[in-house]
Amino acid sequence: MTKTAGTKKTSARPEPNAARETRVVGKPVPKVDGLSLATGRAKFTADEIPPHCLVGMLLLSPHAHAKIKSIDTSEAEKLPGVRAILHHGNVPRIAHTTAGQGFPEPSPWDTFMFDNKVRYVGDRVAAVAAETRDIALQALKLIRVEYEPLPAVFDFEEALKPGAPIIHDEPDITSFLPFDPKRNLAAWAKADVGDIEKGLAEADVVVEGEFETHYYAHAPIEPHVTLTYLDPDGRLVIRTSTQVPFHCRRIVAQTLGIPVRQIRVIKPRLGGGFGGKQEILLEDVCAMLTLRTGRPVLMELNRAQEFTSSRTRHPMRMWAKMGVKKNGEVTAIDFRGILNTGAYGSHGLTVLTNVGSKCLGLLRCPNVRFDGKTVYTNLPVGGAYRGYGATQGMMALGQLIDEAARAIGMDPVEFCLRNHIRAGETHPIFRALGEGREGVDMTIASCGLAECIRLGAERFGWKQRRGKGASMPGPIKRGAGMVILMQGSSIPEIDMAAAIVKLNDDGSVNLYSGATDLGTGADTILAQIVAETLHIPVSDVILTVADTDNSPFDTGAYASSTTYLSGEAARRAAVDLLENMRQVAAEALDVSPEKLDVGEKCFYVHGNPRKTISYEALARRALYSRNQQQLVGHASAISHVSPPPFAAHFCEVEVDTETGVVRVVKYVAAVDCGVPINPKLAEGQTEGAVLNSIGAALMEEYLFNDDGRMLNPTFNYYKLFTPGETPLVETILVPTHEPTGPYGAKSVSEISTNGPLPAIANAIYDAVGVRLRKAPYTPERVLEALEAKRKAEHS
Amino acid sequence: MKLHVRINGEARELEIAPGAVLGDVLRQLGLTGTKMGCREGHCGSCMVLVNGKPMNSCLLLAAKVEGAEITTIEGLGDVRNPHPIQEAFVEAGAVQCGFCTPGMIISTKALLDNEPHPSLERVREALSGNLCRCTGYAKIFDAVRIAEHKLAKASGNGKSTRRPHRP
Ligand code: FES
Ligand code: FES
Repeated sequence: MTKTAGTKKTSARPEPNAARETRVVGKPVPKVDGLSLATGRAKFTADEIPPHCLVGMLLLSPHAHAKIKSIDTSEAEKLPGVRAILHHGNVPRIAHTTAGQGFPEPSPWDTFMFDNKVRYVGDRVAAVAAETRDIALQALKLIRVEYEPLPAVFDFEEALKPGAPIIHDEPDITSFLPFDPKRNLAAWAKADVGDIEKGLAEADVVVEGEFETHYYAHAPIEPHVTLTYLDPDGRLVIRTSTQVPFHCRRIVAQTLGIPVRQIRVIKPRLGGGFGGKQEILLEDVCAMLTLRTGRPVLMELNRAQEFTSSRTRHPMRMWAKMGVKKNGEVTAIDFRGILNTGAYGSHGLTVLTNVGSKCLGLLRCPNVRFDGKTVYTNLPVGGAYRGYGATQGMMALGQLIDEAARAIGMDPVEFCLRNHIRAGETHPIFRALGEGREGVDMTIASCGLAECIRLGAERFGWKQRRGKGASMPGPIKRGAGMVILMQGSSIPEIDMAAAIVKLNDDGSVNLYSGATDLGTGADTILAQIVAETLHIPVSDVILTVADTDNSPFDTGAYASSTTYLSGEAARRAAVDLLENMRQVAAEALDVSPEKLDVGEKCFYVHGNPRKTISYEALARRALYSRNQQQLVGHASAISHVSPPPFAAHFCEVEVDTETGVVRVVKYVAAVDCGVPINPKLAEGQTEGAVLNSIGAALMEEYLFNDDGRMLNPTFNYYKLFTPGETPLVETILVPTHEPTGPYGAKSVSEISTNGPLPAIANAIYDAVGVRLRKAPYTPERVLEALEAKRKAEHS
Repeated sequence: MKLHVRINGEARELEIAPGAVLGDVLRQLGLTGTKMGCREGHCGSCMVLVNGKPMNSCLLLAAKVEGAEITTIEGLGDVRNPHPIQEAFVEAGAVQCGFCTPGMIISTKALLDNEPHPSLERVREALSGNLCRCTGYAKIFDAVRIAEHKLAKASGNGKSTRRPHRP
């Protein structure tokens, strides 16, 4: 018996999660919402605007750090069509976090709806609700704010120095975790396993370096958008582009000081989140405007605000050291880092601990030290972002692995095959670093990493490409790099998902789930799991999801938990329903329940397939004639482990030594996500994640002026890959069977985000012999590194 | 002011504000398949066909399209009677969040109307004004290929791929 999630009751026939033949799981079933999206009929938040809806807009800070001495709204209020103005002087002052995490949130409560101080350029100052956009815009211009600018601090290390400006000096902020705002420390975490000094001493070679990742954006094509209104009973409805409907409901109740029962949160179709919408950003303000006016209010960040005032990837500066023996054994990894959370501490602790737990456990190594701090600066706010710390950590560790292998003359493919964690093994770091509490000891049950490495290397042509392109004639050189990765599936002992399945007259079912599909295909995955379990077609599963009034609780779409945990809840609920249906079928056929087998939409007597009852017939019997009842199944799932998916990424680049331009010419991602419930969707997750990070590695970057103002908050100057220039990613799915996951599944959405930063850096080194330790690898940085190398060679 | 246009085959007379952009006018008519990802002309999620040419409707003044024939994503097909390009996007797995999809499909339609068998290079070029953050584009290129075959087959059968417009 494997250790799996707890359930409300054990069913008569617990369906073991053993590998078996499947009908719809593992098949590239088309997305259940595909056609409604492709025909433009699916409704996103801004697509259903009630009559008499007001437009809400934010006034944002022009200063990186300032006290608000006064706000005068009298002129703005006089403007016809202005209905409400909010600012620190007229809303409740309730410390909270915008991070949509489980309760109590492991992020400091350091945020107020509005405060008398601003802490970065783009911070909230006031909000207006008006009859039209134009009036709202005009009103914003009429609000007079007197600021007293304060000294600001922008650098990670400067922020920690004694005498640095204190960003959070307000007395009423709290955290139940390590927190010292007087020193600009939003969080810290340490872990020490084995004996790091001994490990370093035992090494034949020690490689080390300082690495840094940068500010970049989630950039969903749909910006943050929220619609609020009062229903006929006066309850507040929040229709919003969120990954976390239930956390949103709780946190809005907290910040507005109203009961949870007064609020309903609905997530309609959502235009991409990538972690950025695991955040309560507009909902509290929009809701307050609705409460003040009694009117519907729509608030949407414009593209510039989406860059400056939503959330970003936490930048990180890291100092990492690895000791290896000549035979390739890793003796020590010492990892120190400072994470920049910007002006507020959203996800500041948990991204930090994930840097350690999702990276340092990847290699067998008895001596590991992790020492991380999260600092406040007067810059935009970090948040959850696909990869969640592992992206930052692997940027450093993935390069160190390459350096270490080179230092002992071993192919990194061999080095990774030798050292990666395997099924049946554990790593002390899993227990040492949790998410706001102690971590969870976990033995890896499924690991296809060796296969990923072998198959990936073969498909990529590693032997033909590695080390071969540096001597190409002409200014353009080629190089190949690789990296191995792991992530998790859900947060163990913290996340919870529930599901209800209800049988209808015709044998179809309704699935009620709190899972939040943000474009990832979660609804399709859940429908497949329920269809598989009940032996019905996917089209017989009708979904009611992500609506706090009509769905059971779910922590939400983050931590790579939806397939693994919400999927497991759906599977169990379906099993529960099936067993209840079996009782009715047994009654109808007058046999004992154990004698019944399940066929396509029917039960039949074992060995006598003609003695059968269809689901439709048994539903009608239960609903209309005998022993009348509504047949339902329900279940909750929590996780005791966080089974990592694994991946090996291979990348070939071209480096133009004259211009410094780096181009990715080939990228292969081999991924073990357990059993892919829907291979096409799993590939899509992988391809999107990789491209997101190739962009981050080569060109996406916030540029700031000396006053902390972002200079490029537009797609014109903050470039995403277009179809014209995009590299194409090849995905190889390497199935394993994860015994704790539904039908053997693990997660897939985040892991591949972590590959490009190290893989591309390693490939650049292979091509031109320079190591880029600071991302992104822009032409200027590449040229600078080449110049430095030339100088070093000549001196 | 008044605006006279044909939208998805239907002649309309609309009352618009002089500064209104086409995208907002369409969305207010309930044609919300046209999305607004940036309102700066950079993302393509607001793309519609104006006299058969793909244009970003977020910057285009509605007053400028007087007399034009506008096709939005809704004009191509609906769930019960989808356009082959719409089917192709679903089949290929090219739809993730679907926010960029209407614009992508509009660009694809414009391309395939003029060049039934484009090279991959042409596809890349034709879709260059459409950003997608979810898919990594590979499956979008697959979708265009599938759509090409579907359309070729349909026209080979002598079947029109023009959808009847419904009010
Ligand atoms: S909304 Fe028109 S191009 Fe982005
Ligand atoms: S599918 Fe989400 S932006 Fe393209």
